[in-house]
Amino acid sequence: MKENDVLTKKIKKVSYKSLLIENIKYRTTLTKKYQSRKPYEKKDIKKITAFIPGTIRKIYVKTGKNVKEGDRLLILEAMKMKNELLSPTNGIVKSVLVKSGDLVSKNQLLIEFK
Amino acid sequence: MGLKQKSADLKKRMREAVKGGGTKAIEKQKATGKMTARERIMSILDNKSFHEYDLFVKHAGKDFNMDKKYLPGDGVITGTGMISGHPVCIYAQDFTVAGGSLGWAHAKKITKIMDHALKLKIPLIGINDSGGARIQEGVNALAGYGEIFYRNTRASGVIPQISVILGPCAGGAVYSPALTDFVFVVDKVSKMFITGPEVIKSVLGEEISMEELGGARVHCEITGNAHFYAESEEESFGQIKKLFSFIPWNNERKAESFPKRGPKTRQYKIENIIPSDPRQPYDVRDVVKAICDDSEFFEIQELFAANIVIGFSRIAGQTIGFVANQPLVLAGVLDVDSSDKAARFIRYCDAFNIPLVTLVDLPGYLPGVDQEHAGVIRHGAKLLYAYSEATVPKITVIMRKAYGGGYIAMCSHHLRADFVCAWPTAEIAVMGPEGAANIIFRNEIKNADDPDEMRKHKVKEYKSKFANPYVAAAYGYVDAVVEPFETRNFLIHALQVSGSKSEFIPHKKHGIPPF
Repeated sequence: MKENDVLTKKIKKVSYKSLLIENIKYRTTLTKKYQSRKPYEKKDIKKITAFIPGTIRKIYVKTGKNVKEGDRLLILEAMKMKNELLSPTNGIVKSVLVKSGDLVSKNQLLIEFK
Repeated sequence: MGLKQKSADLKKRMREAVKGGGTKAIEKQKATGKMTARERIMSILDNKSFHEYDLFVKHAGKDFNMDKKYLPGDGVITGTGMISGHPVCIYAQDFTVAGGSLGWAHAKKITKIMDHALKLKIPLIGINDSGGARIQEGVNALAGYGEIFYRNTRASGVIPQISVILGPCAGGAVYSPALTDFVFVVDKVSKMFITGPEVIKSVLGEEISMEELGGARVHCEITGNAHFYAESEEESFGQIKKLFSFIPWNNERKAESFPKRGPKTRQYKIENIIPSDPRQPYDVRDVVKAICDDSEFFEIQELFAANIVIGFSRIAGQTIGFVANQPLVLAGVLDVDSSDKAARFIRYCDAFNIPLVTLVDLPGYLPGVDQEHAGVIRHGAKLLYAYSEATVPKITVIMRKAYGGGYIAMCSHHLRADFVCAWPTAEIAVMGPEGAANIIFRNEIKNADDPDEMRKHKVKEYKSKFANPYVAAAYGYVDAVVEPFETRNFLIHALQVSGSKSEFIPHKKHGIPPF
């Protein structure tokens, strides 16, 4: 309830932003959630990222290696499961950015193809 | 032993049991700023109205030397009492007894009082303050949770069920509150999560505090799991009492009526609240206050998806559920969270015979990849479903913009609003004038010598033709065009004539809403 009153009083001091919907600019406020949303990034097939946070257990490829689609790249252990990451494409490994035992966060770049 | 001695024996037994976890544990509980389970029950209920049951229940643990332990009341207090003279069933987990952990007998006490509530058709209040399952009791603790969830579901929509989170509520325990109607939380006291910070750190390497992961603020603002935020337990209990003044005891009754009182019109002048330019913001809660009795609006989930406002107030003494777009936040758009928030509230009102008033002023749906990928289609559909399904009196006021899909979703005639009125400032159209003109007059604009000038001209043309309530009124989609100051009278009359509304529902076990 307190929150409510504070909010009502604050209205005149609120910093307004504009929001564009169907070519109309509306004067309004933006929520924290809206402002912290992540912009969409197109998936780059040449960048192998961690789909889940976890630990790198084994790496099967080295820089310069010629890989075929479906080849094993590494094992990412998460939630007590050993996940084999397979290559989504044919290509040459440009760089391996992690080593066995590394703790990786979600979406962290692991391997890059040329 | 004579009666005297037996009475003394009873008193001694009661003194022992009522002590809970003992002085030390109680001091520890108080040191963290928390009340004891018993104090909480006493503060919520009317003075001297609490009657306790199952005080002497013994815990059922046999393994790991548990059989030698005495756990007073097995860590939960259950009983019945009154709130403002109305009966309720209540239970409170006692953290001072084995951390309020849930064993078989503890669960049995809870399910027993739940069964009572459903049989007696009176509301149920659950106060959660528990370390979780009593590990020593193994699968019996899990069974206990399951039995509670099942009863929560059975009682859903029959009796009001509210949960108050006053301590940890982790793992499986969170699902009982999630199944109940309203969840109350208190800053720095409430903590809810499925997996705690330690597990998250060890498995995923992510570090986060309990407060940041599942504190009161998080559940009110981000997850939407909680409905009422308070800074102290006392404030929370005040909110609970207030809520009970607006809702009926069960689904066969109506909420209590109060004497009719006018709004505080000096403070809330309806004509002055809304800017005529549809792109300018205002606080829609002021409109609610300008319409309802005593300008008293009891808002629900005010911190979550604030682009839609929901809550209770009264019109001519009768409880009303308000749903209103909020132009102050995100221009009042519909999105995943706001659709979800409003839909659940509509279903609550429908289940408990509370008429719905919808105030419309929205530009449409929030554009964005994140929205589409978060499933705005299926979440948005919940709102259509909830309005279409609801058979309580439904009255809609279109104040300014009602564009496109947003117009349909906000309790239009097509979803069976009983009465739709529009203000002269209403713009009911397939989309905003700028967007519509760009599509309809695409060629004229493209081929003009001065496309920008032509666009402006065409937008103006579209606006003057379609940005009004009269096109919709001509088809009967709007029943009446009323001036803002007449809104309250319109609503009072509409509610009066809808008093004995009954609608035909095709026979079914239940629908399949887009959960």
